[in-house]
Amino acid sequence: MAEEPLKRELANDEALAEEVADEHERRALEKTWGDEPGFWGWLASTNHKTVGKRFIYTAFGFFILAGILAVLMRVQLARPESTFLNPDLYNQIFTMHGTTMMFLFAVPVMEAVAVFILPLMLGARNIAFPRLNAFGYWVYLFGGIMLWVAFVMNVGPDAGWFAYVPLSGPEYGAGKRADFWAQMITFTEVSALVVATEIITTFFKLRAPGMSLNRVPIYCWSVLVMAFMVFFAMPTIAWASACLMMDRLIGTHFFNPAEGGDPLLWQHLFWFFGHPEVYIIFIPGTGFVSTILSTFSRRPIFGYTALVLSLVSTGFIGFGLWVHHMFATGLPRLGESFFTGATIMIAIPSGVQIFCWIATLWGGRPRFKSPMMFVLGFFFIFVIGGMTGVMQGAVPVDLQVHDTYFVVAHFHYVLIGGAVFPLFGAFHYWFPKVTGRMLGEKLGHLTFWVMFVGFNLTFFPMHILGLRGMPRRVYTYQPHLGWGDLNLLASAGGVLLTLGVLLFIVNALRSLRAGVLASDNPWGAATLEWATTSPPPAYNFLYPPTVDSRDTLWTQPADQPVVVGLRSDVREVLVTRTLDAEPDLKAEFPDSSIWPLLAALATTAMFIGTIFTPWAFPVGMVPIFATLTGWFWPKKRQAEERPPEEVKQKHGKRYYKLRGQES
Amino acid sequence: MSARPNIDVSNLPTFAFGHRPLTWWCTWSLILIEGGMFVVIFATYFFLRTPVPDWPPGVAYPRPFWGTVNLVIILVSCLPNHWAKKAAESLDLRGVRVWLAVMIVFAFAATAVRFVEFGYLNCRWDQNAYGSIVWVSMGAHLLHLVTDVLDSIVLLALLIVGPVEGTRFTDASENALYWYFVVALWVPLYVIIYWVPRWM
Ligand SMILES: [Cu+2]
Repeated sequence: MAEEPLKRELANDEALAEEVADEHERRALEKTWGDEPGFWGWLASTNHKTVGKRFIYTAFGFFILAGILAVLMRVQLARPESTFLNPDLYNQIFTMHGTTMMFLFAVPVMEAVAVFILPLMLGARNIAFPRLNAFGYWVYLFGGIMLWVAFVMNVGPDAGWFAYVPLSGPEYGAGKRADFWAQMITFTEVSALVVATEIITTFFKLRAPGMSLNRVPIYCWSVLVMAFMVFFAMPTIAWASACLMMDRLIGTHFFNPAEGGDPLLWQHLFWFFGHPEVYIIFIPGTGFVSTILSTFSRRPIFGYTALVLSLVSTGFIGFGLWVHHMFATGLPRLGESFFTGATIMIAIPSGVQIFCWIATLWGGRPRFKSPMMFVLGFFFIFVIGGMTGVMQGAVPVDLQVHDTYFVVAHFHYVLIGGAVFPLFGAFHYWFPKVTGRMLGEKLGHLTFWVMFVGFNLTFFPMHILGLRGMPRRVYTYQPHLGWGDLNLLASAGGVLLTLGVLLFIVNALRSLRAGVLASDNPWGAATLEWATTSPPPAYNFLYPPTVDSRDTLWTQPADQPVVVGLRSDVREVLVTRTLDAEPDLKAEFPDSSIWPLLAALATTAMFIGTIFTPWAFPVGMVPIFATLTGWFWPKKRQAEERPPEEVKQKHGKRYYKLRGQES
Repeated sequence: MSARPNIDVSNLPTFAFGHRPLTWWCTWSLILIEGGMFVVIFATYFFLRTPVPDWPPGVAYPRPFWGTVNLVIILVSCLPNHWAKKAAESLDLRGVRVWLAVMIVFAFAATAVRFVEFGYLNCRWDQNAYGSIVWVSMGAHLLHLVTDVLDSIVLLALLIVGPVEGTRFTDASENALYWYFVVALWVPLYVIIYWVPRWM
């Protein structure tokens, strides 16, 4: 062969020999970890980057849909006594807007970014439980589609995003509208919980050697706190929505006061979930902020330990605040005082974070690139939102502004300021890593300014409207009330905000086609996702990295060790110890598979069926169980190839004898 | 092999027990989620109980006989469960098969008795809020029983038709852990369903 002399020559040169070995490894890993080609392979993918991208695009799609609904509402409210939307459609639209934004955009998109970024940042080859990850995505997608199909067919929920009983109960909520809402909760809750499981396991078990807990990047801590909050918040809403469906379908009386039930039970259950939900959305947002600030200030984040502790304590305190949504229900005075105290206390960890960020900026050499601009915008908006939040923690203020546009203004400042601006910062920051191309910087700045001005124009006037008595969720108002001008201003701001989002889409599409090619680490950042190519290969790292500090790419020597000895012919990953991340086990991840999709379809059939008949529950369990069995059943050939070394050591010949006899 | 400094992990084991393998984290995630759900269910029970003077409201006390039988079955099942877990952790294939099979018999019996129990609750789910919470919390636990029976059967089938892998022993150990959780749920639920109405 002509290759032979060539090979010999290469082997003389040590560096070239290494390159040949690397190329060999690269091909093997590509074959092992890559998605299968074609449509089937696309459906079967369990790669966290493929699934993560899908997740992000889908969540962004729902963001656009919910944004369109917001525009429709602003058109309706731009002038008094408008007849653009009728009251019934308006009810469906504001309910769909809130529901879609909270359940189909905000929580999923935060998890989606984590699905993509977390394994890279920790130096792992894939997320833990990759098939579960694919399943989580499909269930989310189908749940979202179900809700929107229902809406298009005029069966959209219409009782607000928190679906208070009795309005959503069997007595007043006729038809199937509230059922679709309640079942959408089940879909998104299953999806959120499985992704949270993956995040927690990845965080604790798949970190690069050397990344002891005190070296984990802040962003990873923030998604860990988010995942734990999902664990403790989601079961409550799942239980609540199950009770609501049962009240509506099989005649239980959980919320029926005539038979010993209690509508306030719904409010407790909903807000025990609903308040932490806000933190589930905004804590990863603060993770983006810390990451972007550190990179663009060109220094390690100030107060790492304080930041981690304040994230964790925000997570805990977040569960002790739910009653502040119920001050108007006539609870005992002492209870109200307690929850006022707790609500104001949340300002402490938030304040700690803000001071750490200011100190980081202060001691750094900031570069005002587009991701950084969104972070600065976040500061401004979020501080206003936080302050109006503390105001409403006081019961008298809350009673005054309850159910007015003041509340609408407040939570849009918190959610858009605390989550959407950092998220757009994160889009601009990680776009080169995800796509391999840089986003246009000029257009990025323009996007920021248009969004920032548009946002404040839209929502600041709502504070004043609320103080002037305009209630939320009214489809129109009379001219003599004097709310027309500020509403017109808010609607004009809405146009600008929409334009800002469109600019981002244009920028992204243009950059995807013709953007500057991104290097591995275009921002000069410190975390591991920048230690591989942009975009990363299917297996993430040719040799899994190790780290020597929190900001490892800034501090590590050129010959920082890598991990070798993992098989490249199967999807073998390194499992490290929980606290110090020392190598502990080699685990084999399953191949790509169509079963998660089939299981998600079976689950969808059961969930949608139970909207119409309780029998769909037992009957629907059969295909779910069948698909799950298919999912977990190992492929015989592969299982036989797995060398059970430890089993052999224990049993020696006896093991094989046993096996020979019985299989 | 690469000439750069490296950590060679080729000699690490491919499976382990306790908190080292990923499976354990999945099991505990499930336990935290489901456990949280039951805490909320219990809270709902007492939330509905608190404002009512007579409990159960307008219906007879549930009869505790079959519930107590089930308590005994479920508690005794901890023994074969324990042995199955021990056998798994000492890679004793025959032991796992035997004790897992015994465990399944117990879990199956508990499931069957559960269906009988519903007949002795002396209320219907659509009668009042008390009936709703009693039926639904019992049903939620039933769902856990059924799930555990089914996935234990699949695991047993895998252990019998093979090929036997190291991780299969981890699965058996985790399966036993999950059954302990199902047991731990029934104890407070039993007290709440059958005795709280009499005592409180
Ligand atoms: Cu709140």
